[in-house]
This record gives sequence, structure tokens and C-alpha cells, in this order.
Amino acid sequence: MGARKSVRQQLRLLPVVPSVLLLLLFLAAPVVWSFHASFTNAALTGQNARNPAWTGVDNYARLLTDSAFPASVVLTVVFVVASAIVGQNLLGLLIAGLMTRARKPVSAVVGTVVVAAWVLPEIVAAFAAYAYFSKDGTLNQLLAGAGWAGADWLYAFPMVAVVLANIWRGTAFSMLVYRAALADVPQDISEAALMDGASGRQRLVFITLPLIRSSIATNLMLVTLQTLAVFTLIWVMTAGGPSNTSTTLPVLAYQEAFKFGDIGYGTAIASVLIVLGLVFGIAYVRLLKGDNR
Amino acid sequence: MHRPAKLLVALLSAAVLLATSACSPEQPAAENRTLKIVYQKTDSFTALDTLFKDAKKDFEAANQGTTVELQPIEANDDDYGTKLALALRSAETAPDVFYEDTFKVRSDVDAGYLLKLDSYLEKWDDWKIYNEAAKAAGTGDDGGIYAVPLGTDTRGIWYNKKVLQKAGIAVPWQPRTWDEILDAARKMKAADPSVIPFNMYAGKASGEGTVMQSFYELLYGTDSELYDQQEKKWVVGSQGFTDSLAFLKTLYDEKLAVTPAEALDANVWKKVFGEWLPQGKMGAVVEGSYSPSFWQKGGSYEWAGYGEDMGVAKFPTQHGQEPGGVSMSGGWTLAVGADSKNPDQAFQFLATALNKKNSLAFTVASSQIAVRSDVAAEPDYLAANPFVKDVSELVSVTHYRPATADYPRISAAVQVATEAVITGKFSPQEAAEQYDKTIRDQVGDAKVLQK
Repeated sequence: MGARKSVRQQLRLLPVVPSVLLLLLFLAAPVVWSFHASFTNAALTGQNARNPAWTGVDNYARLLTDSAFPASVVLTVVFVVASAIVGQNLLGLLIAGLMTRARKPVSAVVGTVVVAAWVLPEIVAAFAAYAYFSKDGTLNQLLAGAGWAGADWLYAFPMVAVVLANIWRGTAFSMLVYRAALADVPQDISEAALMDGASGRQRLVFITLPLIRSSIATNLMLVTLQTLAVFTLIWVMTAGGPSNTSTTLPVLAYQEAFKFGDIGYGTAIASVLIVLGLVFGIAYVRLLKGDNR
Repeated sequence: MHRPAKLLVALLSAAVLLATSACSPEQPAAENRTLKIVYQKTDSFTALDTLFKDAKKDFEAANQGTTVELQPIEANDDDYGTKLALALRSAETAPDVFYEDTFKVRSDVDAGYLLKLDSYLEKWDDWKIYNEAAKAAGTGDDGGIYAVPLGTDTRGIWYNKKVLQKAGIAVPWQPRTWDEILDAARKMKAADPSVIPFNMYAGKASGEGTVMQSFYELLYGTDSELYDQQEKKWVVGSQGFTDSLAFLKTLYDEKLAVTPAEALDANVWKKVFGEWLPQGKMGAVVEGSYSPSFWQKGGSYEWAGYGEDMGVAKFPTQHGQEPGGVSMSGGWTLAVGADSKNPDQAFQFLATALNKKNSLAFTVASSQIAVRSDVAAEPDYLAANPFVKDVSELVSVTHYRPATADYPRISAAVQVATEAVITGKFSPQEAAEQYDKTIRDQVGDAKVLQK
């Protein structure tokens, strides 16, 4: 009896097998391949192209001596913190909060405008941002109309430009998440606090935020991972320049792997990026778990 | 449970469909052979597309049962190179015949991507009329020929006569030293401060343009060199390297070239060809022999008056030392994939694509310098644009890049050095030291020669 039952239980898993296999093939395999390649001298051309040799941790040792690498890690963290954790996340929360108070037409218009940037394909959004910030772009024309001389933003302040562009592009996601979360906050608790004489700020800090904490953690996790991987936006706007001042890890990995044909070194950088994502991920999971205490 | 199951079935059937369609071209009938041709096509570069379409027609008519499958890749040079390299990595996706940059030939031979053509070329009569220097461009490190050149190019100073005349400079203009360039540029600036007198590219954004159309013209005109051919080592610590950077610094600091911000825009060349030169807002630029292809009828920036308004000069050596001028050459080739299942047919197709008729049409349409003596003698070629003679003469002072597998890193390090200098991040001395350090780190001390 027991044996038959376990066979039946295993048979029940059968329909899931193909999808698990597909997941392994298309999601896990590239990651594993990338990790493997980072320990070899795989290249796009030259002697090592077809028969890469195992080189152990050489690529990682090289990362430590490469002056472009630490700068790139710092830029990546700055980009994620400024554009995702602070920019998209806080702005999304703010807009969502205001929308719950605003009149319906106002919130509809605001919602549409914010979401418009988000539904654009990344390459289109990137070109739009390039056209906005470039020297003869929209921003400088507007400033000129107001009598101010603009700067060459992409050249003088490349990080500021890409951070603003990413906030513009990604805020809609946080806004949608927080709108849903705020709608779920029971009115009666808030009203009870109001009766007890809690101020607006107190209600936000002690009632609303704790109630939507799991949404905050989930949202932070998603926008962080998304922003860590942003490539097209930066590549189109600045291509990592000038002088590597906007070269985040994905851009650096692309340059090494495809421009210099050093796939081994490029995948080593990509692996570091995965680890960085894990670090952020673990921090947020901790935040989520705190919920159950 | 029902919906996921349905979804699963849908997914599976999609996967099966994909698999079968991916398999179908794998089993061609014995006579039904397919040749896969990969090449580059852009909105301003369609000459090659035309060449292959013509060759396909000729070839399929002469070889019944063989289908030529054209696969143009629409991308810029860098991205084309990347896509081609990715396709070449696997025998399944590698093309039979493809368009290959001369500076990638050696490293791709090292990688085993290219078929050695010596035995085919012996039997191909046309090979005898190819220019010797151009033949060298398709040679691998072992001395074998792996690629057949389509054409070549040279680089010189393209100047707008009207701008020079306005500044009181006599045309035709031929500077003898670097200082004469600066003198002329300063005169142009003084005559009209809104003009960009003399542009040379710099920075990473222009990629190979920065080195081929700017830095190497300087460096190869000093007494130093980039690569020691005998020792097969990269040269560091040379005076010429620092001098070349210092020249660029002078150009940019005195605002004789474009602004650093403009130089670091990858699209700067479009403004040079499309706006500044035709509108008389730029005095001169160091550019390639292919420049007329942009201005002639059907080009991306048609300009009827370019024949009268523009002139070409040799880029001078630093102090006017022998041979009195510098030019750089590159160019593209056709190669046969090492994994081709039908190498004989693939070579035949290559020979068809490069026969006299097709070569002539391509050379004229893309303003190339002919590499076949019969094409070079054609009146159509000589009359293709007013500058064919001028740019062809530059072949006598031209250099080829030391295109080893390490070359892309060296080139990138040079680009970084120019960028650091024109943006004021480093002095020429510091940038040269940084370059030396980068080269040592990247290719290893064994491949470096201290001067």
C-alpha cells in the first residue's frame, strides 16, 4: 500500500517535470554556464575561442587589480540606491499616497502619465531620454526658452542623467505596487488612530508603513534586481562614458566580453553582479521575515 | 489543476514545433546544397548587399541545385563584428562565406574560424592581378592566405577650400609638419571664430575611428612605433606616443577641433560629413578615402559641390621627416568558414562575388581603392569621384594595423588615453604612463618592449 501511494505521489509530479526542465534549461543553465565560463579563458576570437582552458580564479584575481572594476561597483551601487531604492521606491510611494487622496480625474491623468514611461520598450525609452538630455535636446531647449543656458548633461553629469532617466522609466512599477498595497490598508485602524489623536505623520509611520511592510520589501527586491540589470538605458544614453564615469557592472561586462572578446573575464564580472543581487536579495528577505515576529 | 495542465500542453507543443522547424534545414537533399552568406548592411551602406544579390543571381544560374542564402546583419562595425564572432563560435551557425574586417583576420585565423585558401587561390587566375600589399591583409600568422580583399582604403586630410581661402591660406594646401597644421588652424580660427578649423577624432566613442583617423596618423609620423614587428612586442614609453597626445591636447585646448563633449558622441562623424564640411563650418578633418561615398549621388549626405569645394592633402610627419606623409589602411575581405560543408562551392561563390564586373561595381559604389589591377585601370573607376587619384597615391605612405589577437585591447587603451587628454583628466605624460601600465597589465610584460 505504502509503496503504491508513493508511486502515485511521484506520478502526480509528472506533469510538472517538463516545465521544471524548461526552467532549468532556460534559466538555470545560462547562469551555470556563465559561472563556468568565468573560470576559463573563453574568448570571442583568438586561440582560446574554440578550446578555452580552465584558468581557475585568474579572472577574479584580475578583477582585484583592474582599476575600472571597483569604480564600476561603486557606480552600480550608486545607481541602484539613487534610482531604485530612493528614486523609484520613494517617488512611487509618494505618488501612490497622493493618488489615494486626489480626485479621480487627477489621479487617472497622473497614473496614465507615469505608466506611459513604463510601457515604452526599453530601447524607445532610452532614445527618448537621450533626446531629452542631449546637448541640443528637449531639456536644453526648454531651458533656453526660459533664458538659461543648459549644460551638456550626458557629458557633464552622466550619472545624474541616467539616474533621472531610470527613475522616470521605473517609478510606475512602484506606484502600482503601492497603490494596491495602500488600498488594502483597512480604514478602521487608521480611523481608530485618528480618534486617539495621532497626527498624519504618526499614522503613516506607525500604522500604514508597518502594514504595507511586506509590499515594501517585495517592491524593493524587484526594483533593485531590475535596476541592477539595466543595460540598454545606459548604453544608449552614455555608453558608459565619458571616461567610464557611468560604466556600471552590466556595461563593463558587455565591454569586456564583446568589445574585447574576453568572455571569461566578462562572465566573471557578470558573476559578481549576480552576487551583488544576492546580497540585496538576502537583505530584503530578512526584512520580509521580520513580518512574522 | 486544469489550466496549468493546458498551459503546459501548449508550451510543450510550442517547444516541439520549434524543435522541428529548427531541424528541418539540417537535412538537405544531396543536390540541394545551401550556402549561407553573412555580411553587413546599413542604411548608408548597401553596396555590399547589391554585390551579393548580383553574385547570387550569377552563381545560382551557373550552379543548378545550389541555393545561396543571404543573411545581411544590420548593425554598425562593432556590433557586426560581435554578431559574426558569436555565429562563428559554433559550427552549426557558422556561415559558409562572410564579410570580414582585415584587422580581425589574424585573430580569427588563430581561433580556427577561417579556411586556408592557398590551394584554391593557386587555381584561380584572377588572384595574380591582386595588389601585393592588399594580399598581405588576408594573410595569417603562418603565411597562408585566409581571406580575399574586397578593396582597401587610405586616410588623409579632407579640407574645405573655401574655409581655407577665407583665412588666407593658399590652396591646394599641403602641410609639411605638425606645426604647419597648427598654424593654418589658428589662422582659420582667427578669420572666423565660429569655424571648427581642424578636427581629429579622440575618445572611446569613435572607436577605431579615433585610432585609424587620428592617433595613428600622428604616431606613425613620429620616430616611434606602436608595435615592433621584428620582436612582435608592443612598444611602451616612447616619446612619439606622448608627443602625439600632446598634439591632440593642443588641438582641443585651443578649440581648434570640436569640443570634447562633441568628440565623445559616437555620432560626431555624421555631423562632420552631413553638416560641418558641406556648410563650411569645418576647415579640415582627417578622414578616409571613402569620404566621397557619403557625398556622391545616392550617398547619405548628398552634396553636389563636394568635387569643387573639397581638397585632399597628405597627413604630414611630425617634423617633415621621410617619407613625408602618413596614411593608414584597413578594408574588408571575404572569407570562407572553416566548418563549411561545401568549401569548394563556397570558394566558387567567393570568386563569383569578386570577379571583375562585381568588384568594379562595388569599388565604385563604396568609394574603395581598387585591389585588382584590371579594376584599377577601368575608366569607370578612375572617374568614380574627383579624388580617386589623390587617395590612391596615399597607398605609398600607408600603414596597416598590427592586427594580432591583442589588438582590440591596445586600440581601446589608446582611445582611453586620447579621451583622458582631451577632457583634461590627465596630461599627455600621465596618460602615456597610464597607457603603458594598462598594456603591461593586459598583455603581460613578455609582450611589451620598453623604449
